[in-house]
Amino acid sequence: MTSPDRRRFARGVAGAAAIVSLFGSIGFAAAYVATPSAQWQGLALGFALAGLAAVFALWGTTLVSNEQVVERREMSSAPSERHSATQELEAGAEQIGRRRWLSRLLGAALGVFGIAALFPIRSFGPNPNPELFRTKWTPGARLVREDGSPVRVDELEAGSILTVFPEGFVGDASSQTLLLRLEPGTLRTAPERAGWAPQGYVAFSKVCTHAGCPVGLYRRSSHQLLCPCHQSTFDVVAGAKPTSGPATRPLPQLPLRIAADGYVRAQSDFREPVGPSFWERG
Amino acid sequence: MIARLMLWLDDRLGTSAFASRALRKAFPDHWSFMLGEIALYAFAALLVTGIFLGFLFNDSNVHQIYRGPYAPLDGVSVSGAYASALRISFETQAGLVIRQIHHWAALLFCAAIVTHMSRIFFTGAFRKPRDINWTVGLTLLLLALAAGFTGYSLPDDLLSGTGLRIAASIAMTIPFIGIWIESLFFGGPFPAPQMTGRLFFTHVFLLPGLILGLVALHMAILWHQKHAQFRGAGRTEQNVVGSPLWPNYALKSLGLGFATFAVLAILGGFFQINPIWQYGPYDPAQVASPAQPDWYVGWLDGALRLGLPIDVHVFGHTIPAAFLPGVIFPLVAFTLLYLWPWIERRFTHDAAVHNLLDLPIEVPWRTATGVAFLAVFLVTTLAASDDVQARLMGVPVESLTLAYQVLVVAFPVFCWFLVYQLCREFRSRAVRRGLGERPIVEFVRSAEGGFQEHEPSNVP
Repeated sequence: MTSPDRRRFARGVAGAAAIVSLFGSIGFAAAYVATPSAQWQGLALGFALAGLAAVFALWGTTLVSNEQVVERREMSSAPSERHSATQELEAGAEQIGRRRWLSRLLGAALGVFGIAALFPIRSFGPNPNPELFRTKWTPGARLVREDGSPVRVDELEAGSILTVFPEGFVGDASSQTLLLRLEPGTLRTAPERAGWAPQGYVAFSKVCTHAGCPVGLYRRSSHQLLCPCHQSTFDVVAGAKPTSGPATRPLPQLPLRIAADGYVRAQSDFREPVGPSFWERG
Repeated sequence: MIARLMLWLDDRLGTSAFASRALRKAFPDHWSFMLGEIALYAFAALLVTGIFLGFLFNDSNVHQIYRGPYAPLDGVSVSGAYASALRISFETQAGLVIRQIHHWAALLFCAAIVTHMSRIFFTGAFRKPRDINWTVGLTLLLLALAAGFTGYSLPDDLLSGTGLRIAASIAMTIPFIGIWIESLFFGGPFPAPQMTGRLFFTHVFLLPGLILGLVALHMAILWHQKHAQFRGAGRTEQNVVGSPLWPNYALKSLGLGFATFAVLAILGGFFQINPIWQYGPYDPAQVASPAQPDWYVGWLDGALRLGLPIDVHVFGHTIPAAFLPGVIFPLVAFTLLYLWPWIERRFTHDAAVHNLLDLPIEVPWRTATGVAFLAVFLVTTLAASDDVQARLMGVPVESLTLAYQVLVVAFPVFCWFLVYQLCREFRSRAVRRGLGERPIVEFVRSAEGGFQEHEPSNVP
């Protein structure tokens, strides 16, 4: 196409695009009033905007003179200006620096002010230390389900798993615990944990020791707990030791006992901090 | 009309002297120069849709019983934030489409910044005098990532709540001050009640304000320095050749802007994004599976999956294993990026001003280094969905993780050598063909026998 032909063609297309845009905008207003459908609203809006895009693009590329301009560039200032600016700066600095003690004192005052001004940041949050070292589990606390019902010793089949909380603290993030009932004799108990898992009941913190996600998946056949966030796995039979993935520590175990009334209860809180590692944890 | 406005302004502000130069400002035409503009227009879309959402969103963490048209959650206890995000999606006219446009615009904003930065890197546009704007742009990328992540976390759904939990755990891994940083930002050990309000404030006030200010600075520097340009007939280090701002470039750029908005509108209308009602409300004892974050934080999530399970114990203290992939890795990566203009200068001893751009093939070692850098991020991003891939391929996720651990080291090295060789090959072919429309370069031979490029402007 010759250039005038091209321009005439572009003008026609741009005109059509403007009309598409007009109808798109009217369509959007109509869709807004008439339908809750995001599809219709998005489609109409898309036409309204695409039409405008075409008009502007065609206009900018074909319908105005396609000239090129050349600009000169001078980035840094003239040598004399560079020189005089440095001179001015140094002359001023020299005047300030001459009062040596005063300028040092000023520096110290500004620095100490800067440090003092940071103190209020401390108000943004409490000292995290005590909270990170304990949960809501107390000696004798009953294990309750998410609906608040306590777990009795005869209620869980061997091979089943439950998320439990200390009674009165359902939903508490750091106290969330997995209660499993294993076939008697499956669990390999470390000597210091003897008596923590009566009648096949064993409980581990549900907070992943890697990045704190709930360890939400359980492979029953291999007794593996799996954290879906970063794929750490923990072997229940071996005291929830990590077997693969980025986690380094076993899930802390909650010592359990079966009370005379038949309820499963905690002997105490976890014996170590739950959740991800941190500097103070040791 | 416009002329009268111009004069009205000039009577009061004396703007005509500036405008007469500004309207004739040269903007080089190259498709790759549009990437930064797309980022700018995506940000504009974010501001407009964000104002709409800001008027309707409620940042409350107080729980309530959901009663609404989404039947599966009817009667479920949810936070005020989650309930209002559902209300925007299901009960507000145009709420869903605008929410989805906002989310897509955030994904596009980050993507456009990353590709724009890649263009800057591979063409050497970060060199003096643009090293200063490289650091501004890089800061904008960090702010964009933070804005994306805080926005994604606002609806208080199960997926994003899990993401926040991980972010809090990562903060806790920092030696000495980790648990304090976590507590001071979130308002206490995770999950703290102040969290939702702080995220809202950060997302709708702090970060957009900072981004707005830095965008203005970024563009003021660009305006003052004028664009870099590719080599071509009539183009030198001392000039810039391109379309005039008025009317050509203004029209073209507006066209690109509306095209960006149109794509976002279609994406927002037809392509579901972040369906928080499917994830459910955040509950610290629940977890979504599979759990993948938005694409621009995938590299961090993947790095965490690839981390080796080794805690370091020093003098009765712990440096957690996640400290390396979660803190050191991003810290090193972004420090390298910030310092790159100066690192490269250390190698090339080139402190000259550069307004003409390199083609990627012309500087093989830089291009190879950039691709290797991107390769690290590609592998870690892919690793963030290793569980899904393992299920699709029918292999154990452990094997896939191991493969990615090898790849995160091996693939960038492989890429480096491959790209280096390819660039050299293409460069020598290009030289044989005469490198397109490169201008003839004159050389002057010095008395010592060395050669120096003859600056065209010095020709008498």
